[in-house]
Amino acid sequence: MTSLQPKEPATGAPQQNEPRVSGESSPDGTRLLLTGLWTLERSGAMEAAAGDLELIGAKAAAHGGALLIDLAGVAGLDTAGAWLIDRARARLAQAGAVVEVRWAAERQAILLDQAHYRSFEASAPRPGSPLVNWLANIGETLVSAGRDLVAGVSFLGEVVASLLRALSHPSRLRPTSITYHVENFAFRALPIIALINFLVGCIVAQQGVFQLSRFGAAAFAVDLIGILVLRELAVLLTSIMVAGRTGSAITAELGSMKMREEIDALRVMGLDPMEVLVTPRLIALLISLPLLTFLAGISALFGGLLVAWGYGGISPEIFLARLQNAIGLNTFLVGLIKAPFMALVIGVIACLEGFRVQGSAESLGRQVTASVVKAIFMVIVVDGMFAMFFAAIKY
Amino acid sequence: MTQLPPVPAPLSAESEIEPEVAIRVRDVVVGFGQKLVLKGLDLDVRRGEVLGFVGGSGTGKSVLTRAILGLVPKRSGAIEVFGQNLDELRGAQRRALERRWGVLFQQGALFSGLTVLQNIQLPMREHLQLSQSLMNELAMLKLDLVGLKRDAADKFPSELSGGMIKRAALARALSLDPEILFLDEPTSGLDPIGAAEFDQLIATLQKTLGLTVYMVTHDLDSLYSICDRIAALADGKIVATGTIEEMLASGHPWVRAYFHGQRARQLALPQA
Repeated sequence: MTSLQPKEPATGAPQQNEPRVSGESSPDGTRLLLTGLWTLERSGAMEAAAGDLELIGAKAAAHGGALLIDLAGVAGLDTAGAWLIDRARARLAQAGAVVEVRWAAERQAILLDQAHYRSFEASAPRPGSPLVNWLANIGETLVSAGRDLVAGVSFLGEVVASLLRALSHPSRLRPTSITYHVENFAFRALPIIALINFLVGCIVAQQGVFQLSRFGAAAFAVDLIGILVLRELAVLLTSIMVAGRTGSAITAELGSMKMREEIDALRVMGLDPMEVLVTPRLIALLISLPLLTFLAGISALFGGLLVAWGYGGISPEIFLARLQNAIGLNTFLVGLIKAPFMALVIGVIACLEGFRVQGSAESLGRQVTASVVKAIFMVIVVDGMFAMFFAAIKY
Repeated sequence: MTQLPPVPAPLSAESEIEPEVAIRVRDVVVGFGQKLVLKGLDLDVRRGEVLGFVGGSGTGKSVLTRAILGLVPKRSGAIEVFGQNLDELRGAQRRALERRWGVLFQQGALFSGLTVLQNIQLPMREHLQLSQSLMNELAMLKLDLVGLKRDAADKFPSELSGGMIKRAALARALSLDPEILFLDEPTSGLDPIGAAEFDQLIATLQKTLGLTVYMVTHDLDSLYSICDRIAALADGKIVATGTIEEMLASGHPWVRAYFHGQRARQLALPQA
């Protein structure tokens, strides 16, 4: 029994309180003496020492006799240290050794009890081969794309119904709201959209003059600019800009209203969110986008004119004269007819994604991104379909 | 802790007699623009106690907490934690001190992009050298300690209820085994049963882990059930400190209104 007295830690400087284990054999068994700080402050050393504890313990257990884990020399203990010590004890016991933990101070005993070893292995089994997961992902994406389409079409139906209702009762049109949105969507967007189209007009003119002059056809650059800008570029660039600028704003606005239950508040007051929120924005977009497209076209043509003059030596008079020959009213109308459809596509996607926002801020961010990406994608798809349509009717 | 430069101890006169002080706030002034929120505030939090910190809405309870944590700059005054003046700590010393406290924010402040388990492991991963398997075990242990089920480990914060978020955030605050725990309105937004459970959880953890708890709260139940001492903030200063009995006896009008109001009186009645 004499050997079973708490033993003072080896005298001398306890080297910076490093956690250590030493084994001490006696006929009765082996005493595993722990010293130092068993806290997270010594995290790496502590984990290594716990490994030592298990190793020394397993070796000693192989020789037979009981194991005694002596905590009298432990200078400090926290839950992590207690966990490691008790885990070592449990693993040694599992291997068949007789283990006892002795001489823990009162507080250490509480910690050992709180952080006693338990198995966590049941959690998180993640099955599935990569191939199956990959196929499952494709399937999920397809299904959700299909759902998007159905939701979009049904929302479009609601929007059209609500627009018709508004048109049949013009008193419910909310002119103040529409004016406010037109100011935001069109007036405030004008500088950046005009600038972008101006620059693209310049670039198209420069490339046109540069490439066509090799065939001695530099003057045809004017035809190129006129047709390309009016039929495609003005409406496409404007729509993409509006999708990025206005579409994202609409989604964020409606989404944050959804997050803060404002939309539910409207509903319980007997107001239709469709009528109050969606219709004015859509009407404003339907007004704004054609206006912006027109101004964008003018601005791009102006850019083209400047570059053709400065770079290609085509004087403004000649430019305008050629332009008049190159384009007809139909060229101009092809671009403009597309604008309201683009507005509808952008508006419906933006509102739909806005209403899809859930409670959290990250879902707002996700939905805004989705709104912009989907709107730009659909704008390009719709433009392609119009190109086929106009080609088919030879307009 | 080994070779700290000698800290000037201007306040050591009384520290011989008093029980050891974990947080010592002296003459702290914090303001925003023209408005002073804390006007020369003094506060001691003793080691191993649960201090409840009360005050009306907008009086600066959170400001003081944030000033102690170094999230809000103070204009003057001194804050000492474990006898070290926070203004004099630099770099590694400051980080070493920050590892000794854990904070439970009011909304939990769990990182939304990480699962609960990853949230708890984040401080370990950044500050410690532990193997992944041990971090997993320790994080699960913390989950057990705060009374969360094991299947919550792989959930994201958005999938948790309010009470679970508080518990998960508490587990994260405890992940480095801190000595001081800051709780900002831990029971707000919980139903009375959940709030009582959370109070008991804090009391249990405080006892078993030997924590010092600094708790900002509005919850009279918490004040009655788990706080050793209470400090009341009004007009930018601490107007009363002491046990609940001392608070009940206080003559300050706001403290009287708080502890003798309709809600408080029902609690003060002896339980049948």
